[in-house]
Amino acid sequence: MSTQTMKPQAPERDSYIRQVWRSYRRSWVACIALAMLVIAVLMAIFAPWVTPQNPFDQATLDLMDSRLPPGTVGSGGYVHVLGTDADGRDLYSAIVYGMRLSLSIGLISGVLALIVGALIGLLAGYFGGRIESVLMRIVDLQLSFPPLMLALILVAILGQGQFQVIVALVAAQYAYFARTVHGVTLAERQKEYIEAANAIPLPTRKIMFSHLLPNVTPPLIVVATVQIASSIVLEATLSFLGVGLPVTEPSLGGLIYNGFEYMQSGRYWMSVYPGITLVILMLAINLVGDHLRDVLNPRLSK
Amino acid sequence: MLNFVLKRTWHALLVMLLMSMLVFVGVYAIGNPIDILINPQADQALREATIARYGLDKPLWEQYLRFLGNAIQGDFGVSFVYNVPALSLIFTYLPATLELAVVAMVMTIVIGVPLGIYAGYRPDSAFSKLIMSGSVMAFSVPGFWMGLMLMLVFSVELGWFSSGGRGETVSIFGVEWSVFTWDGLQHLLLPALNLALFRLALIVRLTRAGVREAIMSDYVKFARAKGVPPLRILVRHVLRNIMIPLTTVLGMEFGAMVAFSVVTETIFSWPGAGKLVIDSIRTLDQPVVVSYLLLVAAMFVLINFVVDVMYSLLDPRINLGSRK
Repeated sequence: MSTQTMKPQAPERDSYIRQVWRSYRRSWVACIALAMLVIAVLMAIFAPWVTPQNPFDQATLDLMDSRLPPGTVGSGGYVHVLGTDADGRDLYSAIVYGMRLSLSIGLISGVLALIVGALIGLLAGYFGGRIESVLMRIVDLQLSFPPLMLALILVAILGQGQFQVIVALVAAQYAYFARTVHGVTLAERQKEYIEAANAIPLPTRKIMFSHLLPNVTPPLIVVATVQIASSIVLEATLSFLGVGLPVTEPSLGGLIYNGFEYMQSGRYWMSVYPGITLVILMLAINLVGDHLRDVLNPRLSK
Repeated sequence: MLNFVLKRTWHALLVMLLMSMLVFVGVYAIGNPIDILINPQADQALREATIARYGLDKPLWEQYLRFLGNAIQGDFGVSFVYNVPALSLIFTYLPATLELAVVAMVMTIVIGVPLGIYAGYRPDSAFSKLIMSGSVMAFSVPGFWMGLMLMLVFSVELGWFSSGGRGETVSIFGVEWSVFTWDGLQHLLLPALNLALFRLALIVRLTRAGVREAIMSDYVKFARAKGVPPLRILVRHVLRNIMIPLTTVLGMEFGAMVAFSVVTETIFSWPGAGKLVIDSIRTLDQPVVVSYLLLVAAMFVLINFVVDVMYSLLDPRINLGSRK
């Protein structure tokens, strides 16, 4: 993911990639995290080819197979490596498909929040004045509420479903991007190249998107990795509360929610394996993000 | 100071007004209340009578004004499910949530600050490194998953703590408390720990960073050179300076805890306001959802306000009047 997102910045592309690579080579923890993330993404993309069953297809599910412990052979004739859940889904397949759902919702809402947030931050930072004070006051106000609260409010209003969850996640998270971009834009606006562009004079649109935007991109990518991770967690939390995605097509959070009621009776696997997957995914994204941050933004590094 | 308080009060009222509009339009206009209020089998005349009785035939702004007027008088409508006034329903559930949040907050401070100080004073010791990697873990692991694991390990497998419900409570000033009975405490500790862990990690890191910065400073070096006893340096010079960021964060995090208690209460079946609101969202009990959301919004506005004022009391250098 890291290399793909950085392609647009043509002038410094090579050096960035090389720096990122050097930073990864130094730490085997980061290498493992990157490898895990790549494997997770590949598994998610090629889910139908690496799983024995499509867990979202109700027709292939057999209730006779429900709640089988890990390692049992079900009616499908293959071994359920991680057992089955209450609806008779092969848990391994359900985890891969759930991961696919979690990753894509996290990515889509992360990217949308980035676009919305960056636009607001650019507008506020570049124009200043009244636009800035109105926009940034809203952003500050939002930042004083925990994102979970905002997402809950929105889900309460909009109802359940993929689209609704994405809207809620974007609305709960764009403010972080807006604040970052606003801060950087304020600093960049003072610099000579913007002054020069203004003096030519280039159209505002061109200054904002061709001159300012590339320069606010590195910190934006740093925020993006953090926010994609946190939107995956947020979606999982909403689904775990039973107000996120519909339970018939469970994401990782939904799988944990489905298995939750069996936890007390010793059928731990239904919640534990999806949970472990979620934790590994989070750790991998956070560690990869940490190294990206060291390279892209030395100011933020510890 | 007075000027600042007045200005902030005005802002707070504005924010509450905005929130009430958002929540009202969202919950009542987008989610159609007619479908919930009226039996689908009802005939046309009954439908219209009900619509007229709830004022749903009026324009939206008129409905909103009516809602606002009632809300100011503390009337948020009647819960569809429990058939009692929504606000008083929430108030009966709220003490359990607040108890949980307060205990979690106390845990955060009592455990987090000393660990942070230690990690700040001895950054290279093995124990400090353990503390710091623990805090990284606590950040990366989703809160609800942490809660599930705590329950699985400590209550299902080891059986050290009970999970589910509040346990035995004792009534003090007409409010039920779990914290004062042994059984209640056993029920309370795990959910409180779940709620506290994330903040704990945050406080440890903040305290450590603050201590590291403070012990490098000239005033601490000077105090040390002067021969001030180490404990006195810690209390009078180091702690005093890290109090300010800590208070801010703790204040904000208290609100976040009440918000996150939605998750913790669901996991541990803690009968608080968070669990109530999740159940209400699922059963489309809109008056309860609306009053909970507005109540929590009001709490956040109040916390922000108090934190700002605390700021000035803790640090006399901050002059609130001159802020924009």
